[in-house]
Amino acid sequence: MRTLLEFEKPIADLELKLVELKKLAIDNDVDVSAAASSLEKSIASLKKETFSNLTRWQRVQLSRHPERPYTLDYIENICEEFIEVHGDRNVADDKAMVGGFGKIDGQTVMIIGQQKGRNTKQRQMRNFGMPNPEGYRKALRLMKMAEKFGKPIVTLIDTPGAFPGLEAEERGQGEAIARNIRDMFMLKVPVICIIIGEGASGGALGIAIGDRVLMLENTWYSVISPESCSSILWRSWDFKEQAAEALKLTANDMLGNGLVDGIIPEPLGGAHLNYGLATATVKKVILDTISELNKFSADERISQRIDKFTKMGVFQ
Amino acid sequence: MSWFTRKDKGILTPTESKREAPDGLWYQCPSCKKAMHTREHRLLAYTCSNCNYHEKIGSQEYFELLFDQTKYTELDAMLSSGDPLTFIDTKRYPDRIKATEKKTGLKDAVRAAHGKMNDVDIVIACMDFSFIGGSMGSVVGEKIARAIEYALQNKIPFLMISKSGGARMMEAGFSLMQMAKTSARLAQLAEAGIPYISLLTDPTTGGVTASYAMLGDFNISEPGALIGFAGPRVIRETIGKDLPKGFQSAEFVLEHGFLDFIVDRKDMKDKLASLLEMLK
Ligand SMILES: [Zn+2]
Repeated sequence: MRTLLEFEKPIADLELKLVELKKLAIDNDVDVSAAASSLEKSIASLKKETFSNLTRWQRVQLSRHPERPYTLDYIENICEEFIEVHGDRNVADDKAMVGGFGKIDGQTVMIIGQQKGRNTKQRQMRNFGMPNPEGYRKALRLMKMAEKFGKPIVTLIDTPGAFPGLEAEERGQGEAIARNIRDMFMLKVPVICIIIGEGASGGALGIAIGDRVLMLENTWYSVISPESCSSILWRSWDFKEQAAEALKLTANDMLGNGLVDGIIPEPLGGAHLNYGLATATVKKVILDTISELNKFSADERISQRIDKFTKMGVFQ
Repeated sequence: MSWFTRKDKGILTPTESKREAPDGLWYQCPSCKKAMHTREHRLLAYTCSNCNYHEKIGSQEYFELLFDQTKYTELDAMLSSGDPLTFIDTKRYPDRIKATEKKTGLKDAVRAAHGKMNDVDIVIACMDFSFIGGSMGSVVGEKIARAIEYALQNKIPFLMISKSGGARMMEAGFSLMQMAKTSARLAQLAEAGIPYISLLTDPTTGGVTASYAMLGDFNISEPGALIGFAGPRVIRETIGKDLPKGFQSAEFVLEHGFLDFIVDRKDMKDKLASLLEMLK
């Protein structure tokens, strides 16, 4: 059973009508081709109209669509082979953060990302994609391993935030994220970061310092979620739409403000409607970007990485 | 809060308070309620003579406490906030900035300066909580990054005094990237082998904890300071339970291995100077 967002419903209704019409044609052996083709046209134009005029809040909803591809879906579709590795060598294996070496078109790449769950049980196991400190430490361990073996790094970002729990504080959530941010600047291998869903605050940034930071078309990336922003600035949960507008958190906004390097297009209607196309696009971008970054020496990449982030900010 | 604490508006107004300060003013410790002369309180580095409660203080007070003869050169003093997102919540962001500038006499939530501490050169950046909760926007990130660059170029140890509720929401994505900007400069400082001391004061939370505040060669704090990534309220809501006593206090953070030591503010200057002397 498909999950439908409010603005997806009118399209789904028309699609259902089309199916019924075609069934009617077969059952009664009548020609409905004229009606069907006009219906198909309406569907296409409604889709185009809906998805070229999405509000920022609607993009946030798409980024959280329960059927959206997650990190392991990208890995499965992009890599010929993938060997997942586990643990931070210290406390635990954080299942909200996955990673390992994969082969993409014969090339070995380290892929790391936050992982959300698809059903209640998985969601619990993946802690809703909210890593604990050991998730960030595992990610850093894998990045340093990739550096050791001279393999490029791809991070896939999809998190509602680093986990705000009691044990997370005891084990130094702040320190873990801070260390990742600092140490990622000095990685000698190419680093590509892609926001594939939600990019919430420090929990996202903890694996998002790269030579290229890219956002999928229907994702968000900001310092706080619209809901939390609403609750703090408006002192109510009801202003999430206004908060989303104010935060300017979409891929277009972030690119326009020079805070990310590019946007990866999604299939019309969102990545969840066509995994094959969505993941193939991401695969091509990864391969193209790696070969582009390989033109530079490690030192050049590091100094460009530092220059890019240290230029961000507006002041007088 | 009663009328004679430092938080009271009338007393915080810089010029007025200093002029009238001689003998008539009293400070009441919010922890043990003991009253003491403001002059005595200042001489004790704004700690309570009875229970040692460390009052929250700002950049002006820290600079006075740490720099020799209160002499220092301020860096990038005039940098002030833009409005990159034309952000409006219940107020326009530029209006909020203007009102806060007027109220506090500050340009933003951090000041940086170069001076000497017991004859040792030092660059200090210190946050002011009174400026929109010590929140980190572009100005905070830029001033800290530039202070680190200055320390790097002149090979001078860097002391960061943090006091912050975290991100400046009105700068959204720009605010987030200040964590990256400051950490990038700290990576360079570390490579150059220049000492970095991070003093986390009451309170230090959010994006500040998850970037420069936790990246010191030495992470240190003052007694009783609140230090955390997530704020206590958020954690309480997440776990649906009350938090244990002393949770996220400096002592708790020390116990869990994320601080090097806790130092009484009265001993701060001598201890930090000795530490830097040892690293020479
Ligand atoms: Zn007291």
